[in-house]
Amino acid sequence: MSNLLDLLVAGLATGAIYALVAVGFTLLWQTSQTINFAQGEFVMLPAFLMLAVMHVGAPFWLAILIGILLSLLLLGLGFKLLLVDPMLRHGVLPLAIATMALAIGMKEAVKQFFSAEASPFPSIVPAGDVSILGRVVSLQSLGVLALAIAVVIGLTMLLNRTSIGHQMQATAQNPTVARIIGVPVERMILMTFLINAFLVALASLLITPIYLAKFSSGEVLGQAAFIAAIVGGFNQVRGAIAGGLLIGVVDNLAAAYVSTQYRAAVPLILLIVIILFRPQGLLGRPEERTV
Amino acid sequence: MTATGKYLRIGLGVAVIAALIIVPMNFNRYGLYILSQWAVMTIAAMGLNLTLGYAGQVSLAQGAFVGIGAYAAAIMTTQGGMPLIAALGVAIVLCFAIGWILGYPALRVQHHYLAFVTLAFSTLAFLVFRNEDWLTKGIYGISNIPRPNVMGFATNRPLPFYYFCLGSLGIVSLAMWWLIRSPWGRAFVALRENPVRALSLGIDTRRYTLMAFAIGSALGGVAGTLYAPLTQYIDPVPFNLSLSLDLLMMVIVGGSGFFFGPFLGAMIAVLLPEWLRFTQGYYLMLYAVAVMLLLIYSPTGILGILDRYLTERRTKAASALRAVAKSRLETAP
Amino acid sequence: MRSGIFAGLLLATVSAAAAFAQGGPIKLANVAELSGGGATVGTNWKNGIDLAIEEINAKGGVLGRKLEVTHADSQSNPGVARAQVQKALDNEPYVLLGPGYSGSVKVTSPLAAEAGIAQIMGGEAAELTQGGNKFLFRTSFGQQSSMPKVAKYINDELKAKSVAIVWVNNDFGKGGRDVITKEFAKYNIKVAADISTEAGQADFAADVSKIKAAAPDAVFVYVNEEESARMLKELKRQAITVPLMGETTLVGQKVVELAGDAANGARGHVGLTTDAPVDLVKAFREKFLKKYNYVPDHNGLKGYLAIYMIKATTEKMGKVDAKAFADTLHGLTIKAASEPGILMDVTFDEKGDIDRQGFLVEIVDGKQVVKQVLPKLN
Repeated sequence: MSNLLDLLVAGLATGAIYALVAVGFTLLWQTSQTINFAQGEFVMLPAFLMLAVMHVGAPFWLAILIGILLSLLLLGLGFKLLLVDPMLRHGVLPLAIATMALAIGMKEAVKQFFSAEASPFPSIVPAGDVSILGRVVSLQSLGVLALAIAVVIGLTMLLNRTSIGHQMQATAQNPTVARIIGVPVERMILMTFLINAFLVALASLLITPIYLAKFSSGEVLGQAAFIAAIVGGFNQVRGAIAGGLLIGVVDNLAAAYVSTQYRAAVPLILLIVIILFRPQGLLGRPEERTV
Repeated sequence: MTATGKYLRIGLGVAVIAALIIVPMNFNRYGLYILSQWAVMTIAAMGLNLTLGYAGQVSLAQGAFVGIGAYAAAIMTTQGGMPLIAALGVAIVLCFAIGWILGYPALRVQHHYLAFVTLAFSTLAFLVFRNEDWLTKGIYGISNIPRPNVMGFATNRPLPFYYFCLGSLGIVSLAMWWLIRSPWGRAFVALRENPVRALSLGIDTRRYTLMAFAIGSALGGVAGTLYAPLTQYIDPVPFNLSLSLDLLMMVIVGGSGFFFGPFLGAMIAVLLPEWLRFTQGYYLMLYAVAVMLLLIYSPTGILGILDRYLTERRTKAASALRAVAKSRLETAP
Repeated sequence: MRSGIFAGLLLATVSAAAAFAQGGPIKLANVAELSGGGATVGTNWKNGIDLAIEEINAKGGVLGRKLEVTHADSQSNPGVARAQVQKALDNEPYVLLGPGYSGSVKVTSPLAAEAGIAQIMGGEAAELTQGGNKFLFRTSFGQQSSMPKVAKYINDELKAKSVAIVWVNNDFGKGGRDVITKEFAKYNIKVAADISTEAGQADFAADVSKIKAAAPDAVFVYVNEEESARMLKELKRQAITVPLMGETTLVGQKVVELAGDAANGARGHVGLTTDAPVDLVKAFREKFLKKYNYVPDHNGLKGYLAIYMIKATTEKMGKVDAKAFADTLHGLTIKAASEPGILMDVTFDEKGDIDRQGFLVEIVDGKQVVKQVLPKLN
């Protein structure tokens, strides 16, 4: 029994990581029908930007600041203007393929210009363990979980309580009508890209001490987050969080009680079952638009 | 299309086919290997083009079907000592059946859920290839896969094997050409263009969509049975999700829904990285940039550019005619 | 468009034929995992090769001729590796270097053997040198020679009667696991838990809790460096105190750097390590660090040694003769006293396997301490 609790806690810690990455997926999908296959790489890159700034001799806090700014510029604004805008009208697929190419390009660029080696990354959360109800949990994992929860609360507040949030929701639900009632649709879409860029930079900051800064670390993350987003519901921020946590826990339980060789299979089977019985995802709402 | 245009196209077709047969004769082994790889990947991409380009369904499992075909060929020819043609039959039936079973529930619900189900299937297939040692030899892979004898000719050498792949590509292309022009093919396109209308015209949309997906998957299996004797060694790694994504990229980049799209897409995916290798460590980066630029320039792929160009020229010609006619009218007394 | 492709390929063919002029540079071809899952392995290997060639050329080359190497990326995919090795062989190199993944070695070694060109590779799977290939050479211990030493240590020194095995589910990890499982059977050591992990895995909680439940006398960890570090951290978190035994990948400097305190107490058999208490190895490490700004893993050493193997063999022959190369290297002993680049005395047997000194080390206060030197057999 104590073993089970251990696994649950560890699963939630990993799941929080997936959830944090998955949130961005759902945001981009909602406002602009963008499936970003490079989302994992988006999380990988900011850490390297920060490392590069530190390499020049800047202190860690400044590196974080510049790293976030560069993320907003490259992964938010640049991504939207250079890749998404020209292709958006042509449907989901060409853009999805282009993000796959982007993922390859980002991995190769980091490998070529930084290193193929994994490098350690300083943690803003002290590296240590705390004991909660007799379970040993690392502070870093708690930090990720706390951030994930804060992100959901923050985003929900933004979307439901502020006028910008209402405009973003209107954009997500029906851009044509939103445009007619005077919502600056373009600016709202840009907002979501900037929010996504900010989130991946934060995620990078918290996850990299655990995953290490490595050009390929986005592969595992991106795929897990994608699956988490589908399971939870592609069109809901809360869905992404629930999906992420669920996948994390299921993965751990599968490794302990089913088979370590097939641990990755269990979340996928879960995904297929969910699609059969609740295609919109656990917390998603059915989509009216056909894609 | 005018008669001269038709002759031009036939002439071009014959020239390309002749070039594919004659030019590689003095290629080295590497060039022949790459061209054989292109032929194999084209077959797999043609299958996906049927699913995606003609029936409008996204499959992220084409790589897994290539894997199933490759393992069928590898296991049957090395352990069972059976001829490749038997493996081909098994691969086609297996992939068709799995495609059908996979698509059935997914298409029950909604359009794009097939993409999600196939995404999951793709990774599941990889895990089975890797973990079921008793059948697939797991991560150690299967070595010494023999190349087949075709009508008494051994295809061990690179050139005969290339002709074998090219011949297979020819047969698959002819079958596909026929399929698309058959009532089935027209039904597939009707589905993609307007599912509601197709339904009202009495087309059983789900059955036809499933059929397109299953046939497309079976072609993945065909490509796999050629891939195994091409490399003569297989392990699970090449058949993971990234092969499925690569094949999807080939279809989109070539021009989804165009008959010759997969030929060009596979050429980009197989040959472009090889060309770019002279840039050493930068070649994959440049490849990625090239694909992005191409898609930005023409999201409908390479053949989309040609299509656009032809349409433009036709409208220009028409407006020129109009202008001439108009000026004549004006100058007429 | 298409004619352009053919022209390109044709050009490649023609330029290939213009190789091998006497007196020109000696051409080597390297095919390695420079992208994909094995990118870290392949990049280390490549960097080791480049460093050795730079050194040798700076001193006037081999028999007065410079060495020249082309690097090709196998994308960690056997199918691509085959194409690149074919391309390399079409250019008739003096010696073929790589690949590092055992699967890619299996698919390419028949091609090199058919061309009669020696292949010096990085793969460690036991079976690679068992097939009677006369042209294939290792740069490190195969698992068939390293694992028995580990098993012996676990039996004799740790006196463990049951061991949990943790391995990474790729050809490297599975190969090691299969060999050591057989060795354990010889000593009647029970495998208490047999746990496969994924490359790139970040969360080892479930795996460690399985070990905890199995309560073994020792744990054998056979995963790559980064995963080793995460595993060690989790083992410490769940308070597992039984001895931890591994290979180079458990006790390397990289693991210590990443795992911190958690690495203390880990032991392992080390065939090639930049931490070896040998002056030449230490000097190599400094040179590598200076050029590439990081400490290489054992793959960096392997690439470096491969080039010095070529140098020593060629100088022994007294001529650049691709056909006689493999015969000369079989049975050859290269002494570090006469060829410092080989770092430690080494002998190659008839199968292409390697015989060299090895070490059993333990991490104490974040430093590798050599507990036992395993002498060279011959």
